[in-house]
Amino acid sequence: MKLTKLFTSAAVALGLATTAMADTTKVGFVYVGPVGDGGWTYEHDKGRQAVEAAFGDKVETTFVESVPEGADAERVITQMALQGADLIFTTSFGYMDPTINVAKKFPNVKFEHATGYKQADNVSVYSARFYEGRAVQGHIAGQMTKTNKIGYIASFPIPEVIRGINSAYIHAKKVNPDVEFSIIWAYTWFDPAKEADAAKALIEQGADVILQHTDSTAPQAAAQAAGNVVTFGQASDMGEYAPFPRVSSIIDDWAPYYVARTQAVMDGTWESVSTWDGIGAGMVGIGEISDAVPADIKASAMEMVAALADGSYHAFTGPLNKQDGSAWLAEGETAPDFGDDGLAGMNFYLEGLTAQIPN
Amino acid sequence: MDLSAINPVLLIASLMVAATPLLLAAVGELIVERSGVLNLGVEGMMIIGAIAGFAISVETTSPMLGLIAAMVAGAVLSLLFAFLTQFALANQVASGLALTLFGLGLSALMGRSYVGIKPPAMAKLDLPILSDIPVLGPILFSHDPVLYFGIALTAAVYWFLKKSRAGLILRAVGESHDAAHALGYNVIRVRILAIMFGGACAGLGGAYISLIRVPQWTEGMTAGIGWIALALVVFASWKPWRVLLGAYLFGGINVLQLNLQAAGIAIPVEYLAMSPYLITILVLVIMSADKSRAPAALGRTFHASQ
Repeated sequence: MKLTKLFTSAAVALGLATTAMADTTKVGFVYVGPVGDGGWTYEHDKGRQAVEAAFGDKVETTFVESVPEGADAERVITQMALQGADLIFTTSFGYMDPTINVAKKFPNVKFEHATGYKQADNVSVYSARFYEGRAVQGHIAGQMTKTNKIGYIASFPIPEVIRGINSAYIHAKKVNPDVEFSIIWAYTWFDPAKEADAAKALIEQGADVILQHTDSTAPQAAAQAAGNVVTFGQASDMGEYAPFPRVSSIIDDWAPYYVARTQAVMDGTWESVSTWDGIGAGMVGIGEISDAVPADIKASAMEMVAALADGSYHAFTGPLNKQDGSAWLAEGETAPDFGDDGLAGMNFYLEGLTAQIPN
Repeated sequence: MDLSAINPVLLIASLMVAATPLLLAAVGELIVERSGVLNLGVEGMMIIGAIAGFAISVETTSPMLGLIAAMVAGAVLSLLFAFLTQFALANQVASGLALTLFGLGLSALMGRSYVGIKPPAMAKLDLPILSDIPVLGPILFSHDPVLYFGIALTAAVYWFLKKSRAGLILRAVGESHDAAHALGYNVIRVRILAIMFGGACAGLGGAYISLIRVPQWTEGMTAGIGWIALALVVFASWKPWRVLLGAYLFGGINVLQLNLQAAGIAIPVEYLAMSPYLITILVLVIMSADKSRAPAALGRTFHASQ
């Protein structure tokens, strides 16, 4: 597995070298999955295409797909920088340290790392507040479940994923006090067969809503085969499974950000920033809530979307306790982004979840 | 923790499904390696089978035609490897790796227009009366035909290698191609046939993933199962029944660990996640403590002039 990916990425990276041209801004993208995954990487690649569409001949984009997180990523990013990329987007959490390492060696190249928290003079970080979408999911899921059992296919125990679980859970709990979450850690972002097996295991144990934080549409297909299981699109609309089992989705829209950052490099105004936008800024979209959801639930969900968008409601609003019962947020208090118990580094479950976070 | 949530009957039924692609690919590779050829292109042939089977069954709306197409596609791709290694006398390791890379790339290209499409459903072999038997019914009698084919194939391969004259020739070629050649057997022809058989099996295994187990087409969807199949053949010391055991162990523990997680058992997830690899290797290594060894001519190039 590792070996194939290594060879593939090496082959692709070499291929990039042949098309060097002066006077164009070169933008590189490093993807964790294939561009055809129908989820996470698919949306990043749509962002790349938007950059091409916006600037035409003035920009040249390249990408390497299915790059493993870790040491191999460092090699791929280095290769891109060596080939004269002006701006490089590294689009997965696990590329954080590799990106920082390569950025030290290429001070004139600009880097943008998605979903991480390590910034440098030439490394910006950007992410989307997916947890706002998870809040809406939890709100719908809690009311759609008949068995009161919601299955959650998680990828890796990192803050982004844990935030999503917490957000979905507290909003499901709010509308349905009896709800329970079963969480499976797949330890992969993309493995359709494994994701399908995980979905089947959850369904066999009585879950009738499946939430996923992995990138392929395999859980959707498993739910469809089961017949009475509700799902939500992840990262991309996954509209081919609408109106049922997919009743709504969280859509990542990276295009405006990618276009703006490329423009900044062209203008020479690029600065290292930390961007974390949600529904309000349009970086997180909520896919159409299908007619399989009763009208009153849909209406209250839309209200929540509106409140999250205009900032009148924060997805993590107190009173909220941590899993061990200790206080986290007081009545009316909203979660800080950073700091000890901030959202950015969230590594604890909230009260009511019974599982343990793997270390 | 609620272990009662795990239904052992459904668990066994789904572990058989999870093990089948691995079993098919590994049994095919076993024949290839017993003939003295090391084909590292299993992953590539699987993914080509996955897309070819998917595409044909979508176009013809017949899953059966899709499965046949997958076998043909896998065998055709393996011919490329056969040509490189048997006629051009290229290095087998390099050619196999190239085959995997080529297969992954070609499948992504072929699959462009099939993302997000639903394949026609494969009917389960619902044997009336038999599939209604409690416990045994869901485990033994309500699967898709390919799953039974996988088990039958293992038995057939066992019989072929152990009892048939053709199997003896195949093994002779794999042990000492010079001796087999001196006896008048056509080493190259035997090996090409073995390679094609391996390709067809891998293709079928891939199509099983895209048509039955997942069922949909996504780029790179075999996600390393071909490599696990290769490892399985070695750890099963080139014996068909051990391949079956290994595949069921691997598939079974994989499904079991997901179920244990869903039931909220208090074993750290990391241990659960590595358990399929660990336990499968452990069991097979202990079993191979007897005098089993690799085919003597495995990976060696043959030319009649040498």
